[in-house]
Amino acid sequence: MSQENNTPDFVGRSGIRSAREQSIKWLLFGCAALSVAVTTAIVATLLFDAIDFFLEVSPMAFFFGTTWSPTIDQAFGVVPLVAGTLFVTVLSACIAIPVGVASATYLSEYASRKTRSIIKPALEILAGIPTVVYGYFALVYLTPALEWLGLPLSTFNALSASIMIGIMIIPMVSSLSEDAMSAVPDSLRQAGYGMGATKLEVSTGVVIPAAASGIFSSFILALSRAIGETMIVVVAAGMRPRLVPSPFESLEVMTAAMVQLVTTDIAGGSTAYRAMFAIGITLFAITFAMNLASTFVASRYREEYQ
Amino acid sequence: MSNENMTTPDPNTESGSRVESQTSPRPGSEVVDSDELNRPKTSETVVSSRDLDVFYGDTQALQGIDIEIPKKQVTAMIGPSGCGKSTFLRCINRMNDLIDSCRIEGELKFEAKNVYDSDVDPVALRRRIGMVFQSPNPFPKTIYENVAYGLKIQGKTENMDQKVEDALKSAALWDEVKDRLDESGLDLSGGQQQRLCIARAIAVDPEVILMDEPASALDPVATSQVEDLISDLAEEYTVVIVTHNMQQAARISDKTAVFLTGGELVEFDDTQKVFENPESQRVEDYITGKFG
Ligand SMILES: Nc1ncnc2c1ncn2[C@@H]1O[C@H](COP(=O)(O)OP(=O)(O)OP(=O)(O)O)[C@@H](O)[C@H]1O
Ligand SMILES: [Mg+2]
Repeated sequence: MSQENNTPDFVGRSGIRSAREQSIKWLLFGCAALSVAVTTAIVATLLFDAIDFFLEVSPMAFFFGTTWSPTIDQAFGVVPLVAGTLFVTVLSACIAIPVGVASATYLSEYASRKTRSIIKPALEILAGIPTVVYGYFALVYLTPALEWLGLPLSTFNALSASIMIGIMIIPMVSSLSEDAMSAVPDSLRQAGYGMGATKLEVSTGVVIPAAASGIFSSFILALSRAIGETMIVVVAAGMRPRLVPSPFESLEVMTAAMVQLVTTDIAGGSTAYRAMFAIGITLFAITFAMNLASTFVASRYREEYQ
Repeated sequence: MSNENMTTPDPNTESGSRVESQTSPRPGSEVVDSDELNRPKTSETVVSSRDLDVFYGDTQALQGIDIEIPKKQVTAMIGPSGCGKSTFLRCINRMNDLIDSCRIEGELKFEAKNVYDSDVDPVALRRRIGMVFQSPNPFPKTIYENVAYGLKIQGKTENMDQKVEDALKSAALWDEVKDRLDESGLDLSGGQQQRLCIARAIAVDPEVILMDEPASALDPVATSQVEDLISDLAEEYTVVIVTHNMQQAARISDKTAVFLTGGELVEFDDTQKVFENPESQRVEDYITGKFG
């Protein structure tokens, strides 16, 4: 400030500064680009190996075949795996969606600020537990408990795994739904109460419909998580492909089949090995479509309330 | 402007001058419209309070309010910002229950029953005392669903189409929306939205309608539509309206309550009396703009 010469101190350093700004910009860009590049590379790898696979096995036989027995019979019908995945996903959704929305409603509409500040982080901790722990828990505690209740379960069964996946994704549903519900303006609640609505009527008839797009996106995100879940199903549901899954029996989902392929043919090179990539790309297509759907729904209904 | 007023029997007669007032343009400058006083003034009290104190935590928002609000008339509440007008309005239908820090002492009666008695169900009370808020807050549902909402939660689902139509007609909105009932209520203009909210409130046929600055978010045209509507509503309903606009209070109300800072009800009388010849010097200063 108190310099003798009269060059103001905001002159003369722009060259250095802008060079630094530029390099920081490129560094940050590099980090952002890295993840895009890696994702693209992964998808490309999946795609190339999948194409190799489809040169050996016709897409018809893959997408419509009803027998999955890659090593013994060279039968590459993916239908039983897709059936297993959808079965487990639907079953876990039956747990996660009602419980998740109910806890979101409780947190957003009923709980005092203090209760919320305790329960919300507690729920989010559930999301941090490694999934293999959930799988182990399902196998060692949940299945015996359900058997004790009288359900005719095999050691590996779809029910325990689905319940566990459901529990695992509850925090996702509840946390995102709660955000959506808290964002509903209070004036709408006031309007409801002013009409003589009860708390339950305001929650279900005003707040949930107004937050529907956010709640729906939370379902999609949670379900894509369920579809991609591997450890819980491998540990608790086993690896028996079934065209018609039963909750009481073991089954095999797409991710479990991939694990099985990679563990049986670690060296690679066989058709069975390449089948893994075909399943992978199918799985990717399913979750990608779901994410697109969620983005579409979220943007379409974004301004439901002002 | 509606013609319905002309055909309504008016016990205090002199309906000739009244018609004139309804059909001539509303004078904004002429503060008191004496013709409004020809509404029945002898009617009974529907809401009354005695010694009503309201606190938010430790701060007192209303002090010893005594008021008797007459049935089927328009009662205006005016006063500077923060003097407790909204607070008083929310006491009537117990919307203050939703504010945790709010505590109420004293008595507030709706038809001879203290609404703060422990056996009163605020949900049932609010079904008989409707409310319209400061800024329009239609639900993100269709126009039809908005009006039908109260009917549905109250189980009054027979003849619903007819009731929705009647409510929209009473709210002077029917002609504008009759062909688009299944469009979202949010697609309407601000003034239409506020009339939709009024339709929603009157669809369930309440006895009292509370309005907290219903026109403050509206442009002059929409404001005058809502004002016309309020005058019409007083044929059938008791209307209690908070407003910052003194001309508006003078134009549309039969009785005026003036609250002043500190949460006191300083004056409550016929609107004409309050505006032309207030008892309290403070009220006169407030009305003439010396004090805000
Ligand atoms: N939810 C609340 N919590 C705490 N204090 C409140 C609450 N609502 C109002 N108050 C206080 O109570 C007093 C009266 O508020 P109120 O909203 O009734 O005033 P008002 O006359 O309606 O004002 P305005 O004309 O600005 O709407 C104010 O001092 C205000 O700060
Ligand atoms: Mg107010």
